[in-house]
Amino acid sequence: MSGAQTPPTEQAAGTAADSPPVAPERSWPLWEVFVRGKRGLSHVHAGSLHAPDAAFALRNARDVYTRRQEGVSIWVVRADDITASSPDEKDSFFDPAADKIYRHPTFYDVPDDVEYL
Amino acid sequence: MSSDVSPVNSTNAPAESEESLPGAAENGPSGELPEAAYLLGLADDAMVYAQRLSEWMTNAPQIEEDMALGNIALDLLGQARALYPYIGSIDGTGRGEDDYAMLRDERDWRNVHLVEQERGDFADEMARLLWFSAYQVELHTALTGSSDDVVAGVAGKALKEVRYHLDHASLWVVRLGDGTEESHRRMQAALERVLPHLAELFDDDEASVTAAGLGVGVLPSSLHDAVVGRVRRVTDEATLTLPEASSWRSRGGRAGIHSRPMGYLLAEMQHIARSHPGATW
Repeated sequence: MSGAQTPPTEQAAGTAADSPPVAPERSWPLWEVFVRGKRGLSHVHAGSLHAPDAAFALRNARDVYTRRQEGVSIWVVRADDITASSPDEKDSFFDPAADKIYRHPTFYDVPDDVEYL
Repeated sequence: MSSDVSPVNSTNAPAESEESLPGAAENGPSGELPEAAYLLGLADDAMVYAQRLSEWMTNAPQIEEDMALGNIALDLLGQARALYPYIGSIDGTGRGEDDYAMLRDERDWRNVHLVEQERGDFADEMARLLWFSAYQVELHTALTGSSDDVVAGVAGKALKEVRYHLDHASLWVVRLGDGTEESHRRMQAALERVLPHLAELFDDDEASVTAAGLGVGVLPSSLHDAVVGRVRRVTDEATLTLPEASSWRSRGGRAGIHSRPMGYLLAEMQHIARSHPGATW
């Protein structure tokens, strides 16, 4: 996107007869890509890309993020459709867990003959 | 397939007659084994189209499409690379992949004119890719049954690749054809422009007849109906009209007679290898 010129506001474009119509969005929407590796148990965020629609987002993801056999399964989702926590909320979201160490299962004595724990 | 008028095998206007092309009657440009000549045609189609498609890097509508077309070009390059050394072993010359790709002159190339044409606009490329990948899907499906194990092996690997190429082209043709008025008009025009260069894919030249007789190759004309069927399914969905016949058709590629863009393509592709003979990196 060239951000050099400020686009006219919708209101201005709709009312002023001499102003140019709002140009259609030239850039494809952004998609987030999640790839599950061959030995991976879950999909992991791999990056993002632009695509005109979901079918192409999936194919572009294949071409951009799995060229070196990184994955066996791909998810794509519109970046706009992701609701993310805000950095401003970091303190209230995550700090209250900091002093609750009893939530970690570390207060058990594991018998010597229990394997795989 | 239904027996409607073939859009590509029309012979009603042979604008360029075989007789008018000097050297066209020769038994292949290298005069070598028909099997080798047949395989060279397949390898050269892939090599030259790989070069053309790679031109889209930095020129496609978005960087993601650069990558997609670049990947397709690399698949085709791989198909050519798998075939060249094998051709060198069966034609007795012992030539390697660089000898074929970088050190042959125009008259020794056996690719069809379709793949050497300049890339045009994006709709032109999608029209060409749709037809060529539909052709390659049918070709490699048939060649997996080749009596030659190497050919069958290359075809088996290529088939997975070209199915993806066809999918890519199909998605674009549907979106452009069934998109805006402008994209529909330009996609339709591209289908008209590519038409004269399709008939060559389905010509049964001497080398392919011999290769098919040996069970190594497949008769190009036998692929025609299925290829048209594949393309028609896409153009129907795209609300486009598959043109019925062109007033002229290209010919001569399989005999080493090429169109104007071929020389420029080879010059660009080969000049490094020829300026620095034997250079490695």
